[in-house]
Amino acid sequence: MPVSLTSSKVIFNALKQCDIRLLSALPETWLVHLIRMAEEDPEVTLVRLAKEEEGVGISAGAHFAGVKSAMLMQNHGFLASINGIVSFAHLYKIPLLMLISYRGTFGERDPWQTQGGNVTEALLRGMGIPYSFLDEIETVERRIRHAQTLAESSLQPVTLLLTRNLMWEE
Amino acid sequence: MLRLDCLRAIYPELENCLVVTIMGATAAELHSLGHRPNFFYLQHAMGLASSTGLGLSLCLPDQKVVVFDGDGSLLMNLGSLSTMARYRPKNLVHVVFDNESLLSVGGFPTATSTGTDLEGIARAAGIPTVLTVRAVEDFRAAAKRALEGTQLTTIIAKVEARGPAGYVTDLSLVENRFQFRRYIQSLKRQ
Repeated sequence: MPVSLTSSKVIFNALKQCDIRLLSALPETWLVHLIRMAEEDPEVTLVRLAKEEEGVGISAGAHFAGVKSAMLMQNHGFLASINGIVSFAHLYKIPLLMLISYRGTFGERDPWQTQGGNVTEALLRGMGIPYSFLDEIETVERRIRHAQTLAESSLQPVTLLLTRNLMWEE
Repeated sequence: MLRLDCLRAIYPELENCLVVTIMGATAAELHSLGHRPNFFYLQHAMGLASSTGLGLSLCLPDQKVVVFDGDGSLLMNLGSLSTMARYRPKNLVHVVFDNESLLSVGGFPTATSTGTDLEGIARAAGIPTVLTVRAVEDFRAAAKRALEGTQLTTIIAKVEARGPAGYVTDLSLVENRFQFRRYIQSLKRQ
């Protein structure tokens, strides 16, 4: 499977550098290495979800407990989480670092992913969620750190979109 | 059985717990008994009270966490039962007030009014201890036992579809959230 192990390692190490100790996740192809790394790391609590929206509540609980967390999901999982993001994270000013694999864009072969790709950025903008891209390995660590800093200082959701360029070696 | 009477019966035991409630009548009734800084009222995001309790209990394994859920909220996030069961935190007590109704929006019947069995669903999801209670004394005993025990427990409390006249309290949502977090951080410093 041509999911980039190298990029996944850099992302995972950057998350740990930011003191993130809880990751909620729902598997998707581009995230397989990241989820495995989280599972194998005794310093990180991995919570495997049934549906991505649960992760908003779990991250809020972690924030109240003083534990830094992040959500790992596909953009369709983001679509499935919107009410939780608006009526919990926004309403209650919860910092929420969301790493979202950006499926359905240029190069996408799976027809079922393509609609989600069309609406992801428009929704992020419409919801007022600051976002940036993880698209080059050299800038991953810095960008994750900056996203986490903004989430914590602004007490709101912040998104990093994981791109094909970074995650897929083909 | 009234939810308010159940809350009153267990209120003294909540002093040293972290408490998360759903929105509407449940939040307003617990608040009416006397707000404490360890109470967090999730006044929207239906379904996520149990997920919040799971996050808290996983991050604070030495702290008892109580979630006051409802049938309407839980039906919106049944997957949460499977996630809680997967990690089965020993310090989490999940109470579901089942009034077979979406009371706070006008009393529309939920699927538990037509036979959906939340106890059966919770048990089949893998929650280790699940029970249904229909009398206040039984509720108090079950909740106390769960709080003193070391096993993830879901208590289905069958209650009447009656609530307070209004749902808005004088505690702002954001104030509640900051107070709750500050309370937890103060526990950690002790």
